[in-house]
Amino acid sequence: MALITCKDLAVGYDGDAVVWGLNFEVRAGDYLCIVGENGSGKSTLMRTLLHLQPPVSGEILLGDGLTAGGIGYLPQQSSIQKDFPASVREIVLSGCQSRKGLRPWYNAAERQLASETMEKLGITKYAKRCFPELSGGQQQRVLLARALCATGKLLLLDEPTAGLDPGVTTQLYSLIEDLNREGITIIMISHDIAAAVRFASHILHIGRTVFFGTREQYEKSGVGRLFLAGTQEQEMPGRPEE
Amino acid sequence: MDGFGKIIFYLQYPFVRYALIVGVLIALCSSLLGVTLVLKRFSFIGDGLSHVAFGAMAVASVLKITNQTALVLPVTVLCAVLLLRTGQNARVKGDAAIAMISVGALAFGYLLMNIWPVSSNISGDVCSTLFGSTSILTLSARDVRICVILSVIVIALFLFFYHRIFDVTFDENFARSAGTHVDRYHLLIAVIIAVIIVLAMNLVGSLLISALVIFPALSAMRIFKSFRSVTVCSAVLSVLSALAGLFLSIAAATPVGSTIVAVDVLVFFVCFLIGRFGLRAG
Ligand SMILES: Nc1ncnc2c1ncn2[C@@H]1O[C@H](COP(=O)(O)OP(=O)(O)OP(=O)(O)O)[C@@H](O)[C@H]1O
Ligand SMILES: [Mg+2]
Repeated sequence: MALITCKDLAVGYDGDAVVWGLNFEVRAGDYLCIVGENGSGKSTLMRTLLHLQPPVSGEILLGDGLTAGGIGYLPQQSSIQKDFPASVREIVLSGCQSRKGLRPWYNAAERQLASETMEKLGITKYAKRCFPELSGGQQQRVLLARALCATGKLLLLDEPTAGLDPGVTTQLYSLIEDLNREGITIIMISHDIAAAVRFASHILHIGRTVFFGTREQYEKSGVGRLFLAGTQEQEMPGRPEE
Repeated sequence: MDGFGKIIFYLQYPFVRYALIVGVLIALCSSLLGVTLVLKRFSFIGDGLSHVAFGAMAVASVLKITNQTALVLPVTVLCAVLLLRTGQNARVKGDAAIAMISVGALAFGYLLMNIWPVSSNISGDVCSTLFGSTSILTLSARDVRICVILSVIVIALFLFFYHRIFDVTFDENFARSAGTHVDRYHLLIAVIIAVIIVLAMNLVGSLLISALVIFPALSAMRIFKSFRSVTVCSAVLSVLSALAGLFLSIAAATPVGSTIVAVDVLVFFVCFLIGRFGLRAG
């Protein structure tokens, strides 16, 4: 069974759908990129998948032992307050909150997981630093570490590379690719269509026409060709996959 | 007799020792949720609730209820729950509701105290409810017991839910996505705040409660940068300031509440300077 199956899903606010007619499934090991114009409802869909808001209609089925609390989430705009005193370690550990349950403290395994994740993302050296004092890219990696601690299965990333410099962006993409190779399913929203068609196994295009399929199908489809052509002018010449 | 001798002299009396126990416990409790109150919209609720507590206190004294906490505590907790509910439905309306309830309670309380004066000195009564009274020095053993029990409950709840409180105040959306029942913990935080306000009312009065809650956290945030160190530091600062304030007020015969708050303000400036100096040094 698929991790996530959406049947005739419509998402939006207060009963008004922003996008509708979404039918897709995400299987374990997939790398799904959600693309579409600003305001097309990508973030809304992601928030609905996370049960942060109810669907307008249709249903979302979770399978393969996936629970709503077992998804790692990297929000587009975090609701974090600017001057909140929190160290990097405290934040990464808070990714273990659903593992911890009602136990009042984090156990050795959870601390270990947090340390390993920080090591993996190269943020161990900031562990004691104060989160608001880090740069945007460093903060993004901290939040990714937190998301990783929350899941061993599925990561939902909402524009993880927004505001990052090209070097860090490349780094982050290869990091996500590595995670995907290790077996973590990725759902990523991105405006970087070149990267999307390069890394993703599947594409969900949201807009006036909704498209869902593999990357190859997308590149051949009408929407895909239009959308790719629209961005290719500003992008570096798209290199074909090796 | 000099100030120090005076303190030693006063320490012989049980009511002074009671005042110290109660003062330290209240200062400790009120500092715990400081960061949450400073940074989140709970600050509004905290301020509003202190006025509600004033109104309830007025009712209790007019009704000549001896155990005032028995009335003030449930009313304040109930208002905390109500305010949080309205606040969730629509934020703007929630703020208006808080303003309405708090100012209404203030006016209503003052009105009651004037219509049915408990003593001939109305403005004295009002003043002591607003700014804290010498009642901290007239605590009975039962008052102390109630205070100790409530403080222990607050501290135990805080320790038990420490990480959860961090999770839901640091990033509400992420906490929700991780399956944490954010609304329940908001409720818990609001109830704890209500209890703290009722407790702190004895020490500094309803107008100065916010100062007792907010200053230690603000001071600690000048120096420390992680949630845990800020929490520990603000607890320590709050207790030390309360002790210093209590002793000063005994030695100099000044009002207890405002002396403690004055010490808190002073500590804040010291921390502010340390923070500045530390930044330059680093
Ligand atoms: N809280 C809200 N209440 C009502 N409508 C909203 C709310 N948030 C977003 N919308 C609307 O829903 C639509 C989709 O928003 P969404 O944030 O999902 O877009 P998006 O595809 O993520 O865009 P972007 O690429 O800019 O991130 C937009 O038209 C927006 O105006
Ligand atoms: Mg978005």
